[in-house]
Amino acid sequence: MTDISQNGSTPRKHGETLMKLTARTKRRNAAERRFQAYGIAAIAAGLLMLAILVVNIVGNGYGAFTQTFVTLDVTLDAAKLDKKGQRNLDDIKKVSTFGYAPLIQKAIEAKVAALGVKTDLKPKDMAALLSKGAPAQLRDYVLEHPDAIGKTLSFRFLANSRVDGYLKGRVTRHSIENDKNISVPQLDLTDQLVKAGVIEKTFNSEFILGSDASDQRPEAAGIGTSMLGSLFMMLVVLALSLPIGVAASIFLEEFAPKAWWTDVIEVNISNLAAVPSIVFGILGLAVFINYMNQPMSAPLVGGLVLTLMTLPTIIISTRAALKAVPPSIRDAALGVGASKMQAVFHHVLPLAAPGILTGTIIGLAQALGETAPLLLIGMVGFIASNPPDSLAAGLMEPNSAMPAQIYEWAKRADPAFYERAWGGIIILLVFLVTMNTLAVILRRRFERRW
Amino acid sequence: MPTFWLVVFVFALAALGFLAGRARALHSAGGNARDLHSLPNYYGANVLLTTLVPALLVLGLWLMIQPSVVQYRVSGMIPEQAIPENSTLGLVMMDVHQVAAGLDLAVDEGALTEQEAGTIRTEFTDLRARLGELGVALGSDVRPEVLQAAQRYRAIDASGHRNMVIVVTLLALAGLGFSWQHTNKDFRARNVVEQGIYALLVLAALLAILTTIGIVLSMFFESISFFKLHSWTDFFFGGTWAPNFRGDSELSILPLLWGTLYISFIALLVAVPVGLFAAVYLSEYANGHVRAFAKPLLEILAGIPTIVYGLFALLTVGPALVSVFGNGPEGLLGVDWMSGATSVLTAGLVMGIMLIPFVSSLSDDIINAVPQTMRDGSLGLGATKSETVRQVVLPAALPGIVGAILLAASRAIGETMIVVMGAGAIAKFSLNPLESMTTITTRIVSQLTGDTDFASAETLVAFALGITLFVLTLGLNVLALYIVRKYREQYE
Repeated sequence: MTDISQNGSTPRKHGETLMKLTARTKRRNAAERRFQAYGIAAIAAGLLMLAILVVNIVGNGYGAFTQTFVTLDVTLDAAKLDKKGQRNLDDIKKVSTFGYAPLIQKAIEAKVAALGVKTDLKPKDMAALLSKGAPAQLRDYVLEHPDAIGKTLSFRFLANSRVDGYLKGRVTRHSIENDKNISVPQLDLTDQLVKAGVIEKTFNSEFILGSDASDQRPEAAGIGTSMLGSLFMMLVVLALSLPIGVAASIFLEEFAPKAWWTDVIEVNISNLAAVPSIVFGILGLAVFINYMNQPMSAPLVGGLVLTLMTLPTIIISTRAALKAVPPSIRDAALGVGASKMQAVFHHVLPLAAPGILTGTIIGLAQALGETAPLLLIGMVGFIASNPPDSLAAGLMEPNSAMPAQIYEWAKRADPAFYERAWGGIIILLVFLVTMNTLAVILRRRFERRW
Repeated sequence: MPTFWLVVFVFALAALGFLAGRARALHSAGGNARDLHSLPNYYGANVLLTTLVPALLVLGLWLMIQPSVVQYRVSGMIPEQAIPENSTLGLVMMDVHQVAAGLDLAVDEGALTEQEAGTIRTEFTDLRARLGELGVALGSDVRPEVLQAAQRYRAIDASGHRNMVIVVTLLALAGLGFSWQHTNKDFRARNVVEQGIYALLVLAALLAILTTIGIVLSMFFESISFFKLHSWTDFFFGGTWAPNFRGDSELSILPLLWGTLYISFIALLVAVPVGLFAAVYLSEYANGHVRAFAKPLLEILAGIPTIVYGLFALLTVGPALVSVFGNGPEGLLGVDWMSGATSVLTAGLVMGIMLIPFVSSLSDDIINAVPQTMRDGSLGLGATKSETVRQVVLPAALPGIVGAILLAASRAIGETMIVVMGAGAIAKFSLNPLESMTTITTRIVSQLTGDTDFASAETLVAFALGITLFVLTLGLNVLALYIVRKYREQYE
């Protein structure tokens, strides 16, 4: 501290009280407080960002869990659906969805008339309040229950995404000026129907369990099928990376001789952990798809790529867990006549198991949220519309994965998909939080201090 | 027999072998386990391993090698003149693959019998229409030589698969028989099994090296074929990125590198001050409660998947920035500097948020590693706490902090989703952070998604970009680790 005489402040005179602060002390104390304030501000900024992120996700995404439905009584006119009247499935199949659309128009027209709602809209425009998939829904029902033809039944149809957005506040009368998909009179009608209870917003389990839909029908899109894709990928990752990772760690931690090639392996693993994930995607594309002719978009390939990516994480945490087991355990085992292999597999490994499990869960969570490599092996841009029906199909048939599905929705032009993307993120984060909590609980519950 | 069932069969055989080996060893000792050299289970494990391991290894190798053998033999039979103008052998082979896959599907669906699929001729059947009915869309009509190649492809592939099933089955049976034969009470089963397990452990550890080799080789060979099609001077020293799928494109890495570095710089501008001050506060000032509360919460930021940050950039931060800097008179500042939501600033800010915990956690560890005696000495001389931090602790921790920042930088350069969604697609040299720019990772994604043709420079450039990215991030990591390691030695 040589600046005592430099900066012109008067030093304390001989005999002056220490209790009275000089200007210089005050300045230094102010600097101290400022410095602390910066630190608090930095932490506050970080936490604020986290809060904004969470509020943003929840605020934008919770809407995806509710959906607007229209309940209508549809008369399944036998004259239209089964002209021959023989209830022959092949004849009924000949009627395409275009044949079902007029039934819905009639149903909504009748409903509007029965409620006494005044509107100038044509039946066709009234039916536009419903999802474009409504006729297909009706047709699927009829094909499944051919004896329903001729009856009048109550159906619950998805409302069009614009109507849905109107009820959720995303679409307003002002915002649709240039939108040719919906008009102000249609929104007026929507208001009336909501009042009458025909249109209502309820919980939407289809978003969680259902499949993706084409970009014309955001209201029908769900994340369920891509959730299955993620599940199959995680099965592959778990089945491969856990045994390989544990074996590699046991070798490096317990057996590896001090030689140049074991050093190379060690350096290699720590560097692999820092390789950008997209590079693993390039590897997957070049080796698994291009060279080995594995199918594009298959969860098996996704799982293999993610395995290679997760291995370093699992190896690093497994080695830490093995290292935490004190040498006395090994010595005791060797002392009563166990071989080295027996000491490791019978004593060290079981004691390290909770730590290994924790590391594996964290590695899996990381793999579950990873998107970039999946872009390259074609798990994006694929409409995951049919859930797989067997284990082999789940592994080999094209599917999407949760993060890839979210990316896909974010790319689409219709803003109604953005809500889906945020909703998908909520589901993804619920999985991640659950897995990480599980890891923390495992660690707390089974961790041993030696 | 499908490969899946083959694997199941080998495993079942191995399980059977375990029981048989164990029983035979016990039998040879007259049922008295004490007369055995090893525990009975080791005899079983010996049979299990000799049945399982060679068979599965051969299976794995076969699966890896067969595609290239088939490819080689089939591409040899496509005559030079059968390759149309403006096309390459690779493109013709892709047609062959597609037709072969179509025939496979047709046989599966029962539209063709195996016999028909092998002998069908384009001269007599409109194959494209027939496959079209099954949902296999072919780009053009099937030419006779392509169909022949596809049929040959299927034939070789099928016979290869048949041979594989035979070889693997025989190998498993031979392993079972051999080790079962050798099982008797004096056989040193434990030693053999432990050697086998040791070999498996080494193999698992070598897989890490194999991955690296795979990464390097897969990118290296494709990069070589890229540089055969495109001059390397343009790639490294050209100034324009303008891919053109009709050929004749300018593919220079420099504008992409500029975008990457610029975005990473902005990200570090956000992350380093916030992260560093947070680390200092947490390690020097905060009491236990604040630390236990704030540190895990900050680290959550690092655990959030990047797709979430990407969406945050695209749908929240971008539009928010536009409402401040854009929109003309209606905007917050009344200026019109920003036209779209994607920009360097958007991606940089969001990436900065992601990197905060990287910088703070690593720096926190390093600051904690500075010996307490140094702080005590400084405080004893009358320095305030902040003076101690600034003039003693931080200089002592500097190499480690630089290492942490380099690690964060390497992370920023390799980050993909945030820039794909938030940075835009225009490659240019510009200093304006409100313009959209593009990065190396973004271009890799866009060149390799959709219809890729592995014979064009426009696709192959992604591999050259990839290997550059790999070298760049690896270099930063090695440098960071070197600096950190060198620093550590000072106080231990």
